[in-house]
Amino acid sequence: MTAIDLAALATAPQQEVARQMGVCNACRYCEGLCAVFPAMELRRTFAAGDVDYLSNLCHNCGACYFDCQYAPPHPFAVNVPSAMAALREESYARHAWPPVAATLFERNGMTVTLALMLAVAVFIGGFVWASDPAALFASGLEAGAFYRVMPHNTMVVIFGGAFAFAIFASMMGVIRFWRAAGPMPVTLRSLWRAFGDASRLRHLDGGGMGCMTENERPSDKRKLYHHLTFYGFLLCFASTSTGTIFHYLLDWPAPYPWWSPVKIFGVLGGIGLTIGAAGLLIERRRKHPALRSGGDGGLGQAFIWTLFLLGSTGLVLTALRATPAMGILLAIHLGVVFAFFVTMPYGKFVHGLYRTAALVRHAHEQASIK
Amino acid sequence: MVLKSREESVSSYDVLIAGGGNAALCAAIAAAKGGASVCIVEAAPKDWRGGNTRHTRNCRLAHDEANATLTGPYPVEEFWDDLQRVTKGHTDEELALMTLERSKELWDFLSESGVHFQPSLGGTLSLGRTNAFFLGGGRSMLNALYITAEDLGVTVHYDTRISSLEIEDGFFIAAETTRDWQTDTPITGRIEARCFVAAAGGFEANIDWLKDAWGPAAENFLIRGTPYNTGGVLRLLLDAGVQRVGEPDQCHAVAVDGRAPKFDGGIVTRLDCVPFGIVLNARGERFYDEGEDFWPKRYAIWGRLVAAQPEQVGHVLIDAKSFDLFMPSVFPPEKADTIEELAAKIGLDPANVRGSVDAFNAACIPGDFDHTVHDDCRTERLDPPKSHWARPLDTAPYYAYTLRPGITFTYMGVRVNRDARMVMADGTASPNLFAAGEIMAGNILGQGYLAGIGMTIGSVFGRIAGERAAQYVRN
Repeated sequence: MTAIDLAALATAPQQEVARQMGVCNACRYCEGLCAVFPAMELRRTFAAGDVDYLSNLCHNCGACYFDCQYAPPHPFAVNVPSAMAALREESYARHAWPPVAATLFERNGMTVTLALMLAVAVFIGGFVWASDPAALFASGLEAGAFYRVMPHNTMVVIFGGAFAFAIFASMMGVIRFWRAAGPMPVTLRSLWRAFGDASRLRHLDGGGMGCMTENERPSDKRKLYHHLTFYGFLLCFASTSTGTIFHYLLDWPAPYPWWSPVKIFGVLGGIGLTIGAAGLLIERRRKHPALRSGGDGGLGQAFIWTLFLLGSTGLVLTALRATPAMGILLAIHLGVVFAFFVTMPYGKFVHGLYRTAALVRHAHEQASIK
Repeated sequence: MVLKSREESVSSYDVLIAGGGNAALCAAIAAAKGGASVCIVEAAPKDWRGGNTRHTRNCRLAHDEANATLTGPYPVEEFWDDLQRVTKGHTDEELALMTLERSKELWDFLSESGVHFQPSLGGTLSLGRTNAFFLGGGRSMLNALYITAEDLGVTVHYDTRISSLEIEDGFFIAAETTRDWQTDTPITGRIEARCFVAAAGGFEANIDWLKDAWGPAAENFLIRGTPYNTGGVLRLLLDAGVQRVGEPDQCHAVAVDGRAPKFDGGIVTRLDCVPFGIVLNARGERFYDEGEDFWPKRYAIWGRLVAAQPEQVGHVLIDAKSFDLFMPSVFPPEKADTIEELAAKIGLDPANVRGSVDAFNAACIPGDFDHTVHDDCRTERLDPPKSHWARPLDTAPYYAYTLRPGITFTYMGVRVNRDARMVMADGTASPNLFAAGEIMAGNILGQGYLAGIGMTIGSVFGRIAGERAAQYVRN
């Protein structure tokens, strides 16, 4: 039997996931759909750390909801994707570092919107205040045009600092999440396996049938859009990194010609990010009402909109850099980038880290039972 | 108003199918592929569609070679031996052999219809060779079949019940339907069709009908599957002169968790702990050998055993030693530190329970406990005995589960021939009345049960019914 120690479970979303796992563990029809159910079967009790872990292992493909004989209106009311989505969001807040930042998750859409607006305003204001207003409206064709608006070193300090903070705070959250689920060694093998699963979105697949978003008709669209978004983001990151290397190691400052890796990565990445994020937003709207997470404080929307703005403002800046709009566009783009960095640890961005951590745990667990 | 909606809802199809489960969908897909226009009427709302198929998880099928998910060959001859063994000869040999032979085609047919398979689930390894498990279970399989049927142009009416059938001398003409029959504003209609396929399941959810055969005890039965299998179509067909197969008091009954909902509890209400403990009736007395054989071979007799006890209830008692030996239950057990306390919690007389436990404990002879084999832990000079896995209940905490009879399906149905055509009382086959699935499964499964064979019969006869109906329409 499945013992559920409610006293040991801190929160209502945890209790609900534990309750549903009690039904699922007696059924097990969904065993082949993803990683969650095989991980569930290793347990007879579901403590707080277990349900946090299982929920972050869930990729929200939706298949188990449409496949479930106990889904509402059945009185057992099993809706694993929704219960786990609610718990995931709550777990990001609970494990956030510093702990006081948990409140930033409550109305996350508002938090991120404010951060975006503030950052863009500060950058525009800063440009006007700190540099020659004429430079703000100059075209950016000649060498170093960007840096007349904002010196390169200032850019590096501000963004390097924000990024370093984001990484540190995010990792602190992941460590807190990892520890809550109990001690487990991190092996190279499980890391390799987890990165493989994560990079292919192996579990966003309904076990081979595909995601179910709108109804029981499987579709690979969310997977495609997520790939475009994620790899677009990585390309943008690669573009920035290459630019930094060119600047400092090769002494080759911007602007770069269209054939340079900086440009190719950036433009392709920007396109991927923009299309992918737009697609994900559309897919969210098409979602079956039952799959919309109960405790949605706007995390998903806020994050995807940020990514969309990240990609689209970058593309527009590249396209219009020869016009007098360059300065303003640069301010907007940098504002978005800055807001993205500082909100990274306090929004949906962490889903990738938590889920990868859960996949590492899963890989290790599965390897140790074989 | 009523007249107007009647007129509006007169429609005409080549093939009308009653029911919305596996058999109905296989018939619809086969008929639509054969070029027929097809209409399905499903009594349940969309959320509850599919009858008992939504609770299934696999289909038993013959195959000559292993594949990626089936672990070894399962020849027709072996399938036939298994079927003869469980039915004790209560089967129509011609139909049964044809079913098993054509079950070989099901893997490909279902795959082409969008159904995905997976290796046998944890805890069901014994079925990994013989049964194809649906990825995501029966509801996932249903979803795939519905998508395929809809893409083939099949019309599906949910919330629509067949209220009467117009049949003249075994020839189908039309059906009267009632849409939104569960609401205050039902709408009647008429569907004319050149063929009718009855795939509307058995009557196990019709408690009044069960009481005819079982008496008032049937009030205490739990129905493991859909509440929509009330046998309405079966009754209409029998009244129209179709030959009956099977007896009304035959049903597949297993012992399930007594706290399960009245309907649709499905798989999670099973309890696998009986072989590890003792089972007492409402008087606190044992009544059958709990360790006669492995649970998968015995769970189906326990439904009847419990049904025969006072109040149709049984209580399994186990102790801490056995707690982790069986599949988790969906409802937590009652738990207590003493036998007496546990007895009080489950409403039994503590002294009687103490007496039964003491007698059992005293009769257990020492042995090497091993739940994976028929071990030598048994009782001596105890009536009834416990033949295996008998260990004294002596380690607190003690646990109790309540058992009730859970009805899976009924066997009584309509007689069919190898074309899935219904056979009339005078022995002639109807030209355009077909049946598939649980409503005719009794032709092949006269008694007993083999895991997954209900789906086999449903898919094979659904396909045959659909193919023959399409042929009939073409000619």
